[in-house]
Amino acid sequence: MADIDIKDIVKKENIVYKKTSVLTDNVMHYCPGCGHSTTHRIIAEVIEEMGIQDKTIGIAPVGCSVFMYDYIDVDTQEAAHGRAPALATAIKRLLPDRFVFTYQGDGDLAAIGTAETIHACNRGENITMIFINNGIYGMTGGQMAPTSLEGMHTSTTPYGRDPGLMGHPIKMTELVAQLPGTYYVTRQAVHTPNLVRKTKKAIRKAFEYQKLNKGVSFVEVVSNCNSGWKMPPVQAVKWLDENMLPFYPLGDIKVPEK
Amino acid sequence: MAKVKGAIVVDTERCKGCELCVISCPTHVIAMSQKVNIKGYHYAYMENPDACNGCTNCAVVCPDGVITVYRMKVEEKTEV
Amino acid sequence: MEEDFVLMKGNEALAEAAIRAGADGYFGYPITPQSEVMEYLTAAKPWERTGMVVLQAESEVSAINMLYGGAGAGKRVMTSSSSPGISLMQEGISYIAGAELPVVVANVVRGGPGLGTIQPSQSDYFQATKGGGHGDYHLLVLAPSSVQEMADFMPLAFDLAFKYRNPVMILSDGAIGQMMEKVKFQPQRPRMKDEELPGWATTGKTPDRERNIITSLDLDPYRQERFNRKLIEKYQKMKEEEVRFETFQCEDAEYLFVAYGTSSRICQKSVQLAREKGIKAGLFRPITLFPFPEKQVGALADQVKGMLSVEMSAGQMVEDVRLATNGKVPVEHYGRMGGVIPTPDEIVEVLIQKFIGG
Repeated sequence: MADIDIKDIVKKENIVYKKTSVLTDNVMHYCPGCGHSTTHRIIAEVIEEMGIQDKTIGIAPVGCSVFMYDYIDVDTQEAAHGRAPALATAIKRLLPDRFVFTYQGDGDLAAIGTAETIHACNRGENITMIFINNGIYGMTGGQMAPTSLEGMHTSTTPYGRDPGLMGHPIKMTELVAQLPGTYYVTRQAVHTPNLVRKTKKAIRKAFEYQKLNKGVSFVEVVSNCNSGWKMPPVQAVKWLDENMLPFYPLGDIKVPEK
Repeated sequence: MAKVKGAIVVDTERCKGCELCVISCPTHVIAMSQKVNIKGYHYAYMENPDACNGCTNCAVVCPDGVITVYRMKVEEKTEV
Repeated sequence: MEEDFVLMKGNEALAEAAIRAGADGYFGYPITPQSEVMEYLTAAKPWERTGMVVLQAESEVSAINMLYGGAGAGKRVMTSSSSPGISLMQEGISYIAGAELPVVVANVVRGGPGLGTIQPSQSDYFQATKGGGHGDYHLLVLAPSSVQEMADFMPLAFDLAFKYRNPVMILSDGAIGQMMEKVKFQPQRPRMKDEELPGWATTGKTPDRERNIITSLDLDPYRQERFNRKLIEKYQKMKEEEVRFETFQCEDAEYLFVAYGTSSRICQKSVQLAREKGIKAGLFRPITLFPFPEKQVGALADQVKGMLSVEMSAGQMVEDVRLATNGKVPVEHYGRMGGVIPTPDEIVEVLIQKFIGG
């Protein structure tokens, strides 16, 4: 066995992974193990790798990721709840050579902003939409989301979500895939290293496709909300695997025709 | 024979102790410290540094990007 | 080359003037009685003339948030709607005021509440001048009274919106929007070039500056209060610099009509009719409803024996007239509602009945 000291390895020339400079040094306010943080980080990595920091405009939602602009070092607008696709529509149409993305949670994109989501997708706005689906309202303290699973316990479904009373969990990503204005629609996750790598590739594609002017690139990220689910992070990602993924299966839903 | 050796450096003050790196490490390098950082979180550290091959799994899954990964090739000495 | 007069509807004049004001984008949703604005724009194809974007949104909610996005990118953007649609926009307008974005919103008012009527009204005065949505804020409100002013106020509204980084409302009504009059347009202004976009806009973070953030959120109460104070200072500056009004036969007036927009046109005739009866009447017409010409109205309180606020509403501007006169003179209100437009004669009768007797 080679007798190598850690100090010999920890040298600048040996770095194979470090935090991207497009992510600021602000400590993210997200809970430990939150998929928002991971998704922010890989969006920032994609922006750095594509060299488009000076051409990217982000739209933050209302919800836990309302402070996205504190972390991703790009020009950012903070939208009213659900309206991010409307902002993105105007920005992209007025500045068509910029890369415009929305970042929205399930309440923002699939409840209060359903109209904006559907119509931005249907108009084929040339934007990227990142959709974090953790099946719960994190910021307000764990209430039911449109994507909460059947039977799921939340602070407004304390006996479990009963579809007869509260409706069914909505598969927004499958829904927007039906619209002619979406070009690339995929569902990913970020709770294991390989899934993170795949999601990053998907986000990269979603940004690259803006160069083609073919419509919306839509990336759902099935994520964990440890605080809302009331589980420690490791247990939460296990619960995600066992409960969220069977209902929200991962993979591409609509890919560009070759 | 060349062998790949890795090491990680954890920004312990930014680590939130979620342990996703621990369960993602294929060679069981990482554990959580007994000590806590200024925010009160037990932070990740290399408990078993010799096993690290610098695969980056921990850093890739780390939500907060607090792990920097280093990797180098070393020539293995022949044991007598 | 000197432009000729053309005959146009107020709504169409507003639309043409928007193109000529160098607007970058119009985002709207059809509603009576202002649908001609977008119809004119889509027929005129300004994207071929100036590159202006015109988009029919899925709702007023979406349209106003498109304005937020466009204005946040530093562009000259506008929308138009009528009362129920403007109500839907209030959330967005509040965010726009909170994020200090320059937008122009035209409200071609119809009677309410609710769906109300599609006939002209002035019942949105409170909503326009007192904020409208949640939080402490004001719009700068311009009230045109002719088709010509529908055209003239468009470039002015953009200038004021950018000067103050504040939403500006053109508060018209269904009569001015629908009627046809002669109008002469100002020459075409160029749209802003990329390098002319304001430094605060989200156009892409270049290495020479920090990232720009457009938001109305601040969880720190002291910072938020500082921001509120900044807004108050802005509104104070508007009061000092932007008050606009017109007077008509006020010099020797003993009784004053205070009226804006359509009502002010009717009151001009009422002044004439009153004077034929030997009553020295005058008209004060606020053009900016916020900032309200309070000093000017207050000064006239020392001169006249009474003021009659004439509005097509249940009595809204009359409150500002009373505040401006501060009890120095009797102030009464006369209004018709539901889309009914008062006649010059009935206004004179009310003046006599309320102040003179007989």
